[in-house]
Amino acid sequence: MSTTQTNSATTAFATQRSLVPWGKFSLRFTAFLYLAVMVALPLATIIQSGLADGFRVFWSDVTNVTAFSALKLTVTSSAIVTLINAGMGTLTAYVLVRYRFPGKGLFNALIDLPFAIPTLVTGVMLVALYGPQRTVGAWLTAHGVRVIFATPGIVLALLVITYPFVIRAVQPVLMELERGQEEAAYTLGASKWTTFRKVVLPSITPALVTGCLLSFARSLGEFGSIVVVAGNIPGVTLTAPVYVFGQIESQNQRGASAMSILLLALSFTLIVSVEWLQGRNRSRNAQR
Amino acid sequence: MLNGESSTDAKPLTKSSHEAGVSSDARTGAAKRSSGSAEGRPRKTRLGEIVLIAIVIIYAASLILGPLLAIIWGALAEGFKVAINELSSPEAVSSLKLTLIMAASATIINTVFGVCIAWVLVRDNFWGRRILNGLVDMPFAVSPVIAGFMLILLFGRTGWLTSITDALGLKIVFALPGILLATIFISLPFVIREVAPVLAQVSVDQEDAALTIGANRLQTFWHVTLPAIRWGLLYGVSLTFARAVGEIGAVLVVSGGVSQLTETSTLFIFRSLDDRNYVGANAMAVVLAGISFVILLAIESIKKRTEHTRHF
Repeated sequence: MSTTQTNSATTAFATQRSLVPWGKFSLRFTAFLYLAVMVALPLATIIQSGLADGFRVFWSDVTNVTAFSALKLTVTSSAIVTLINAGMGTLTAYVLVRYRFPGKGLFNALIDLPFAIPTLVTGVMLVALYGPQRTVGAWLTAHGVRVIFATPGIVLALLVITYPFVIRAVQPVLMELERGQEEAAYTLGASKWTTFRKVVLPSITPALVTGCLLSFARSLGEFGSIVVVAGNIPGVTLTAPVYVFGQIESQNQRGASAMSILLLALSFTLIVSVEWLQGRNRSRNAQR
Repeated sequence: MLNGESSTDAKPLTKSSHEAGVSSDARTGAAKRSSGSAEGRPRKTRLGEIVLIAIVIIYAASLILGPLLAIIWGALAEGFKVAINELSSPEAVSSLKLTLIMAASATIINTVFGVCIAWVLVRDNFWGRRILNGLVDMPFAVSPVIAGFMLILLFGRTGWLTSITDALGLKIVFALPGILLATIFISLPFVIREVAPVLAQVSVDQEDAALTIGANRLQTFWHVTLPAIRWGLLYGVSLTFARAVGEIGAVLVVSGGVSQLTETSTLFIFRSLDDRNYVGANAMAVVLAGISFVILLAIESIKKRTEHTRHF
């Protein structure tokens, strides 16, 4: 650490004369120390704990029947949710940007509510409405549809939790989109749907992909709402994060670490691709 | 023609069962409002437009508004008095107090360090900046349960740092410091991610001018930089607090859940559900939802002041 500080000391002196270097170093040092202690160190322990007995043990830890089915459930439900979000999120953003209707301002403000409401509360809310003994839930159960303590409940919870991502990613891009091209397409006789597909969709695709990746990453790690809604039956409705929780509770630290590493790697890859995508868009916009 | 148009509009959607009923209602509504559209689009698209609006609103209502009303209903199921009784039980009151104290402390700590880190990321240029930037995003990539688990691996019975904390006589895991650390971890990126872009737009010239006139760095920060970034900062602070109040996964793993000692509000709800105390769970859920609602209103008013659009 000390050598790097002296290294950058010389460059800092050369480039930014108006700043007091020592203040800067202490800030830089504080930033590094805080993130190292709060983020890097915990991450290191989990990787060490999961891989301590070698890769083969790690692999068997994540591929045992319960772990694998939990992982499969998490990935498939996240994928389903992401697809629904892509459709409904784009539609909601489109309606919010292009149409006027009474209460639109309020609706727009309430879209962020799922980000503000604790995820556990979201779970409680869904059980209160769709639970087997409750109003809507009782009616659904009578018609043979089981939502809570079953897979549809997991998908429903994830849909609520990730509701704003695609909307908030697509909305600003749609707002900046010029109407001229669309009008031209109408004038040439294209239907609304064709216009949307051929003119609007290509422009919003990068934002849409960003929103989708974020909802997928968020879905992979979701715990608070699912633990209430899913029923957590091993092999049936037990998701990967809830599996990790179970392993911690039963003192199986290695198993918990192994699954954690896998989940971490997955969502970190997603977050990095989002950064990369956003960086690429920014530079492309700058070129224009 | 009208029907053909609306069905093509609705093609990519699934909720076809609702469409018929809603669109006929909406059509009369549209007729009453007549051709008030200043959009200058052909009249025939009106119906498709209304169907789309209806689908979007019904979807949002069934996902968010319906469940929200259902917990209020559930909390008041046995009367207002029972709900108030549940909320004024010693367990409920102490859990709410603990949640607010923990969230406030985590927010303060993350605000101080967050501004510092944002400044380093934006204004400082050195080899490790990209690593720093990547580390900031990690808490968003980590499932909260895993965040709590990491603390157990560090401070638990056989943890990396347990010998040190034992020597100092500190108890971290299954005690309040563990809850605080977990809360700090999961809410760490917000202030940094909100302040950094605003800070990047603040011109260095003003700071330089202040320094030239003879202000020291702290004065410059206090009188020049801070006023310029205040709305972004406030936005980040609100998000941090909202996230900290609602945390369950990390806290559940780390707290040990001793009632009235290490039980936060979310843990109170969790335990109430286990005990089949649905009124208590719903009532506390309404309180937490209320807190988040207030924070959301604050965020909205901040947004209006800054016109700062958030890109996730």
